[in-house]
Amino acid sequence: MGIRKRKAEEWVFKALMVAACLVVSSSLFLIVGTIVVKGVPYLTWDMVTQVPQGGFYIGKEGGVLNAIIGSLYLAGGATVLGLLVSIPISIYLNIYLKHGSLLGKSAKLAYDVLFGIPSIVYGAFAFSIMIWLGVRASLLGGIIAVTLLIIPILVRTLDEVIATVPRELKHAALSLGATRWEAAKVVLKQIKPGIYTAVLLAFGRGIGDVAAVLFTAGFSDNIPKYIDEPAATLPLAIFFQLSSPIPEVQGRAYASALILTIIILVIVVVSHFLSAKHSKHNL
Amino acid sequence: MTQHPLISVKNLNVHIDGHHILKDININIPDKSVTSIIGPSGCGKTTLLKTFNRLLDDTANVSVTGSVLVDDEDIYAPHAEVTHIRQKMGLLSQRPYPLPMSIFDNVAYGPRIHGIRKKSELEAIVEKQLKDTGLWEEVKDRLHSPAAKLSIGQQQRLCLARGLAVEPEIILGDESTSALDPVSTHKIEDLFVRLKEKYTIVLVTHILRQARRISDYIIFVYMGEIIEFGPTDEVLLNPKEELTRQYVKGFIS
Repeated sequence: MGIRKRKAEEWVFKALMVAACLVVSSSLFLIVGTIVVKGVPYLTWDMVTQVPQGGFYIGKEGGVLNAIIGSLYLAGGATVLGLLVSIPISIYLNIYLKHGSLLGKSAKLAYDVLFGIPSIVYGAFAFSIMIWLGVRASLLGGIIAVTLLIIPILVRTLDEVIATVPRELKHAALSLGATRWEAAKVVLKQIKPGIYTAVLLAFGRGIGDVAAVLFTAGFSDNIPKYIDEPAATLPLAIFFQLSSPIPEVQGRAYASALILTIIILVIVVVSHFLSAKHSKHNL
Repeated sequence: MTQHPLISVKNLNVHIDGHHILKDININIPDKSVTSIIGPSGCGKTTLLKTFNRLLDDTANVSVTGSVLVDDEDIYAPHAEVTHIRQKMGLLSQRPYPLPMSIFDNVAYGPRIHGIRKKSELEAIVEKQLKDTGLWEEVKDRLHSPAAKLSIGQQQRLCLARGLAVEPEIILGDESTSALDPVSTHKIEDLFVRLKEKYTIVLVTHILRQARRISDYIIFVYMGEIIEFGPTDEVLLNPKEELTRQYVKGFIS
């Protein structure tokens, strides 16, 4: 191939790459822009400090504090529960099990499948268990459904992070006479920044999901005081308000979306900060 | 050989994924000396080294038969305590892998997990081991900065100090200088020669000149079998076996 043709090829692919980056970043800009433009006029102090008063959904007084708190409880609870389950899973699969063992391979295949299951299926599954146990739609039900949803995300992310740690680091600890648990602690120390990334992904997915909480968490105008009470979530609050024909209520839907976006933005910034702070010992 | 063998391998056979990697290995590794395992790539030298501290345990589908006696204790006996076995041997791998902590904590890691808590005692150990590996003057003012900030040659000496801090009897080196520059290589080689007064050292190397510079004995492994074992000069200059002669001359690799 002549040099002119090669240069032309180079140019075409570079243009495609730049175009792809522009499409993605401009769509992010458009989404955030739409929410800001439509939401800011309705983003009042009342929105974030009040629960819905009578007639809130036809445009009267109140706010979405119930949904803000409900979403934070749900995503926070599910992330904590999810970590409690997935950190031991990934330690067992990657550090306790021998390299290349059959159990390890089949477990990885299993949660790769779980990873691809849509969240409505997790919601339906959790719902059927709740019926069987006689539990009504509640914060607890929602937390369990969202936990099921995010465990595969957490395990897969942790797996990829642990895979970046050379096996020789674990061997270094073992050859000093460490037990496998002591070696696991060394690896955990090494992957601390990666754990924050996993938490960020899981929390973001959990707080934004509607389908899993639709039947399981219910909806309530009150802030749940106990774990067996129904809880509102921001995505559902947005959905209810957006389906209203009243412009005032629709505007509040955009304001709620803006609040959700700000929460996620804060989580991203905090986890990046923590991740950078804890990587000073890394190779 | 008059010395008492510290490591004694009897009828050792290793299969990995159905492949016969080590075949009928019988060898007595002499105490307080440097023994180099040489041989072409993939001949099983690293596997042989890993059978000594049971790091092969971490790979699936491995079967080990026969025995490896260390201090007359069979490390493959059903009730052998693997952490205790590994504590007897310091391992220096191909590249340095400092633990994700400070220089001080790296050296103190081993003593700490084995129960030493007193700060003054740990400080004494760290200072001694860093002096023994010639690192003390270079790092004494930044003991609490991350080990990962050291140069790669310094990291390798730190890994040696970390291994010595658990008071092993044996040092295993798996091509420990292959990632290092000539000056750092020279420092590590010097350390090995100095340390053999107190430790039994077994090295895997593919650099014949290195084997000649620092080892007292040489084991030549080919296709999973020990072809020849003897004092360095004998094996390298007057090999008994035709295969060894060909390898030393560079005809097989």
